[in-house]
Amino acid sequence: MHHVVLERWSRGASPLHRRDPRAKLFALAVFLVTLATARRNLVILAPLLFLLLAAGLLRARIPLGSALVRAGVVFTFTVPFAIISYLTGDPARASSMLLKSYLSALAVLLLVSTTPVPALLRGFEAVGAPRFLLMVAQFLYRYLFVISEEAQHMRKAALARGATARATLARHAKFQAAAGAVGALFARSYGRAEDIHRAMLARGFSGRFPAATPLRFARADAFFAALAAVAPVLARLAAERVA
Amino acid sequence: MHIPDGFLSTPVWAAMDAAALPAVAVAVRRAQRSFEDSRIPLLGVMGAFVFAAQMINFPVGVGTSSHLVGGALLAFTLGPAPACVVMAAILAIQSLVFQDGGMLALGANVFNMAIAGVFAGYLPYHWFGNGPWRRPAIFAGGALSVLVSAALALTELLLSHTPIPRAALGLSGVVFLVSAALEGAITLAVAQSLETIQPNFIRKPAARRYASVTLGAAAVLLAAVGVVFASTAPDGIEKITRVQAADPTTWLGKAEAGLAGVAIIYAVCLAIGRVVTRHRSA
Amino acid sequence: MTTPLIEVEDLHHHYDDGTAALDGIDFKLHPGESVALLGANGSGKTTFLLCLTGLLTGHGAARVCGLPVDKTNLPAIRRKLGIVFQDSESQLFMPTVLEDVAFGPLNLGMDPVAAQLRAREVLRLVGMEAVAAKAPYHLSAGEKKRVAIAGILAMQPDILALDEPTTFLDPPAQRSLIDLLRGLPQAKIIVTHDIAFARAVSTRAVFFDRGKIVGEGPVDDLVRRFAWDPQVESPGHAARYD
Repeated sequence: MHHVVLERWSRGASPLHRRDPRAKLFALAVFLVTLATARRNLVILAPLLFLLLAAGLLRARIPLGSALVRAGVVFTFTVPFAIISYLTGDPARASSMLLKSYLSALAVLLLVSTTPVPALLRGFEAVGAPRFLLMVAQFLYRYLFVISEEAQHMRKAALARGATARATLARHAKFQAAAGAVGALFARSYGRAEDIHRAMLARGFSGRFPAATPLRFARADAFFAALAAVAPVLARLAAERVA
Repeated sequence: MHIPDGFLSTPVWAAMDAAALPAVAVAVRRAQRSFEDSRIPLLGVMGAFVFAAQMINFPVGVGTSSHLVGGALLAFTLGPAPACVVMAAILAIQSLVFQDGGMLALGANVFNMAIAGVFAGYLPYHWFGNGPWRRPAIFAGGALSVLVSAALALTELLLSHTPIPRAALGLSGVVFLVSAALEGAITLAVAQSLETIQPNFIRKPAARRYASVTLGAAAVLLAAVGVVFASTAPDGIEKITRVQAADPTTWLGKAEAGLAGVAIIYAVCLAIGRVVTRHRSA
Repeated sequence: MTTPLIEVEDLHHHYDDGTAALDGIDFKLHPGESVALLGANGSGKTTFLLCLTGLLTGHGAARVCGLPVDKTNLPAIRRKLGIVFQDSESQLFMPTVLEDVAFGPLNLGMDPVAAQLRAREVLRLVGMEAVAAKAPYHLSAGEKKRVAIAGILAMQPDILALDEPTTFLDPPAQRSLIDLLRGLPQAKIIVTHDIAFARAVSTRAVFFDRGKIVGEGPVDDLVRRFAWDPQVESPGHAARYD
């Protein structure tokens, strides 16, 4: 499954994996803004930025082909708009939408495939995002796959239940069965949350989560941040200089 | 409805990022209130539930099926502020892990779906949840949450000059209404299922607490919907697209004006809300 | 006679609708003992464990390690009496194994570095140091159970309480668990339906029935008295009586 592969990639051991998440977030921010604000000579800038990301993926020993395909999920939204744009006589906008959305998705993928989600969330906390929100996201991610599996079981059960009704009645029966499945999933999830809270209390939780071990920013991280920030900016300057 | 990067113009995505930050901060503060960190597991797990619940298909005819979006349901069961936080966490995970929605566009997506959508979904229930209009209120909540999110997304796209021919706009309108109705129906069906399992899951709407804030929220809603209708009105589109071809600085001014309008109303509501809560605690 | 680690006198607990979940429980646990709690589902075994650590409020006299079970003593009691719940998935709620096992020590006020060291030590004890960096989701049921036990051991409790620990475990995992438990010096309370498991890890047993303890003694005695054996005669046997 999608997330399992990403989990595996994110627990690699390349130099990129070892960088402080804050450095990587900074690099991503610079890259995204450089890309988003570019308006001229995108046809030249895009390949340069692509090479940058591809180099990152290779250095991180992420399977390039799989990554490129995975980032292509964004095309389902962008292609229809690009087609309309092209047909209404604005091919520049069409290519801009396609290129920017794809490169952006690929850049985010590079970040997430070299940083496990918990470390990523710690990085966001260190740059000022609300801790409460990040911890909710942490618990969300922890139980995402557990509850998704439970949902799969319930989905099959709902299908089975709905399938017994006659054709014309079937749709309504299936609808109700689906509502019942979602309701049951809600109740199970709520119950699980209560179990988790009980387990927390049983191990001494007194209202506040203990602070996580602080991140340490090393020289290598500063180096990387500087390099990764300069590269897309240089690419943009170079691209805009042409013609 | 998850807008990727590369679609919104810089003033739009930057403004929406700026708008989403304080909104999320307020939601976090309200959600945390007297519970500190104790509710984190519940909110996280219910976020995972929404994600997972989106896999369960509701057949709606001619071989198509829909699924629960969940903003309104979360608002009825966890309360509006926690629901905002959960939806924001969901959108962040969707953007990061699944590349569903852009990173720079996250502010816009969060504002549309986690803030405005949740609030719009909660209002009908807040006003009518206690009386005989309870079921229509739940339906309306589900429908409005989708309608408002979609309208805001469309507004942002239009302000960014994403090319959308008039015919497509009309079609989008129809699609929005159908999706809204579906979300209403699905939300209602799930709410009824919950009522048979455990009536306490769906909270009683809080008494008169949010009076002024809801008035403010209603104003924001009207503004948002108003902007969309203004943009979709024939002369509206002509103006925007013609202006773009003519003079770059003017469209920038228009975009900023539109957003400034929404921002002003928003700021006014926040101010009203703050004054009222200070008054009440005095 | 050494002071009992747990002393319970006439403990009561009622459900919201008024029915008695615990209807006058008397119980003692001495150091080094390992007591199995047997009885039907809903007879009050789990409720009893939850009342001991204040996760449910009971009425009556209950003392853990000499401390009365009331609000002020709960932090200390929860340190001394660690519960391993039936569902390990809900007990291992942190993103990685190491962070989860360190949760208890951190809540006790240890600094992060010391807590991590303690966590690693305890993971070594249960044989799970290799999975320290893994997400709990990826572990097998047996591994999850060991990590959950590690999370409790990290708090250095005097008493270990386990609620149906062999659910989800296959026979090899059950054998590992038996070996692990036998090697731990703490006094133990083990809620279980698994007779063979109870026999292997407990020194005595008590039998719960509708909120009361109706029998006490060696596991096999209670099994005989209350017909608590799931074994049915095989078809070959039945043929003999034709």
